Amino acid sequence: MNLDPDPVDEAFRAEVRQGLAPILPQHPLPSVNTEEGFAAHREFERKLADARLAVVSWPEQYGGRDAPLSQWLVFEEEYHRAGGPVRVGQNGLFLLAPTLFAHGSQEQLDRILPPMATAEQVWAQAWSEPGAGSDLAAIRSTATKTDGGWRLSGQKTWSSRAAFADRAFGLFRSDPAAERHRGLTYLMFDLRAQGVTVRPIAQLDGEPGFAEIFLDEVFVPDVDVIGAPGEGWKVAMSTASHERGLSLRSPGRFLAATDNLLKLWQSGSDRPREGRTAHGERVADAWIAARAYQLHTYGTVASLAEGGTLGAESSLGKVFWSELDVSLCETALDLLGPHAELADRHWADSYLFALAGPIYAGTNEIQRSVIAERLLGLPR
Amino acid sequence: MKFLLTEEQRQFGASIHELLTAADVPGAARAWADGDSEPGLAIWRGLAKAGVTALVVPESAGGLGASPVDLVVACEELGHHPVPGPIAESIAALPALLAGLAQGEQPRGRFAAASAAAGPLGYGKLLAALASGELVGTLAVPPVLPYALDANAAGLAVLAERGAVSLSPSGIGLKSIDPARRLFALRTGTEIAVDADDQVRAALYYGTLASAALLLGAGRGLLEASVAHAKTREQFGRPIGAFQAVKHSLADVLIGLEFARPLLYAAAIALGNDAPATARDVSAARVACADAARLAARTALQVHGAIGYTRECDISLWLAKVRALSSTWGSQAEHRAVVLGALTEPRTGPWT
Repeated sequence: MNLDPDPVDEAFRAEVRQGLAPILPQHPLPSVNTEEGFAAHREFERKLADARLAVVSWPEQYGGRDAPLSQWLVFEEEYHRAGGPVRVGQNGLFLLAPTLFAHGSQEQLDRILPPMATAEQVWAQAWSEPGAGSDLAAIRSTATKTDGGWRLSGQKTWSSRAAFADRAFGLFRSDPAAERHRGLTYLMFDLRAQGVTVRPIAQLDGEPGFAEIFLDEVFVPDVDVIGAPGEGWKVAMSTASHERGLSLRSPGRFLAATDNLLKLWQSGSDRPREGRTAHGERVADAWIAARAYQLHTYGTVASLAEGGTLGAESSLGKVFWSELDVSLCETALDLLGPHAELADRHWADSYLFALAGPIYAGTNEIQRSVIAERLLGLPR
Repeated sequence: MKFLLTEEQRQFGASIHELLTAADVPGAARAWADGDSEPGLAIWRGLAKAGVTALVVPESAGGLGASPVDLVVACEELGHHPVPGPIAESIAALPALLAGLAQGEQPRGRFAAASAAAGPLGYGKLLAALASGELVGTLAVPPVLPYALDANAAGLAVLAERGAVSLSPSGIGLKSIDPARRLFALRTGTEIAVDADDQVRAALYYGTLASAALLLGAGRGLLEASVAHAKTREQFGRPIGAFQAVKHSLADVLIGLEFARPLLYAAAIALGNDAPATARDVSAARVACADAARLAARTALQVHGAIGYTRECDISLWLAKVRALSSTWGSQAEHRAVVLGALTEPRTGPWT
């Protein structure tokens, strides 16, 4: 058992560092949840794709480098250490793409992946509905079979970045006679198609970070169904565990956040301050947790390399990173004292975003139930 | 990089688990608490046969010279089954201390001449006796480890204070809230070494690491007992484990344990490599394992309800032990301070 860095992975690290340096923005981009910011992020993704750094773990033919998981982790460490911008196409890259790799046709892979990699097409996910959040099987939006495709009707909500995205993917009820998770179909649709209305929703920070999507008989061709009609639940569940697991939040993100917290802590070290010991303990705890998450992920990578699978165990990680994130940001704001409430600053923004972590990608309450039932064997 | 136990290590852990499952550990722990250490020492002899007591003793002194990863694998099982006795002291800290004192061309202290020779109390003899299980030892290192655990059941009690190491006569034992622990303040006895700060520091790393592993194992034992209880105890027409509050609190215990374990292994790797980050990593492991074990203990008691609040219930064998182990070998605050200090120290930094 060892933690020795692989020379090949370290060589890749150097490549990533070199590749990122010239393309990283000099100054932070405007918020991705504004028209201007969204465009700026899309432009940055183009540069990332040109440097073949947008989708390192994908096959080369789609713009990737066939990088193994351990190298994807290295990329993420370097990306976050360098303060890389929010990945505007993340829903496509980390949710839709893995689903396509698992269930998509060759035609879909060839058509959809290249423009996704360059952010020529940015995707939003359209799962939740007003009456179906944690209980996703309660969805009511419909997909009705028609000539050459389907007509979608209904309402989706909490669709991140849908205000500015190009396309969306989600589950629709295709068999009106079936209930719950049966009779669902996984479809992709154009957010600018006839019959689609996107209504942005202001999040806690005042920006239209997500949106409602109203669908009125929106046409979707058969080629934009993923997997078989009626099998949507199975297709989606593979996505859900990716969303929870490694794909969504790599340790690199929290290592970088912890580094920032340490800098903040050290910037106040010359000032005697009441409660400094208590704050110091929380800073130590943030590092301990970020390090634990990094190490746990190394263990997962090693286990996957030996043929292990990542099932309900990903729920452990989701609860852990989402609560680590909130705790880390709370500590930072507490260190900032009265300056903590100033808006549009790094830690305040991070804190507001972190608050959503225990909610998205499956609420932590759902995750805990999954852990208890599937990992501990407690009765449902 | 392969951050995974080897098959051999997994099997080693499994074999210790099997051995302890077959022995009546709860019975031995209760007997130990009643002043009868024989059943407990019989288990120790079984563990010695499995090589556990020889892990940290160098091969040259009749031990296995195993890696600290093997040590934590073993110690997690010794916590998982509430084995009584001075485990961290006898199996980890003392062998590290004595091996350190015996090392090199100039073995330290009074045993210098005797260590290579056949003298009755040479370091070599002591180490061999610890390795074979013939001798159970205990240790006090005030102020971080002010009491020597179970000195009455041990054949050797060592006091390390301000860099001086001495063999100490046993004194009066104090009761612990863990009935299976008896605590002894040692008086300075026959001095065997001076200026032994480095060796004492190594002993503290090994002891802290072992006790962190004991805590993690205790946490796992408490979780397993709680899950078993929650599956069988019925109220309101169903097992209590069907209720969300119970599920969620047990899920949190699992999360705590699962994310403490990698820190424990990383600390073992660092200690085995004598890495600059050893202090940081051992302290981080200790903080996480103790917090995880404490949550497991509080949750176990709540899940069991009143029945858990009895000596008759086996969770009592872990509950106070967890409390005790999370304040000896340094406090949580002291260990957090070590971590924080290391993070802001240029030589180690956060990510080496």
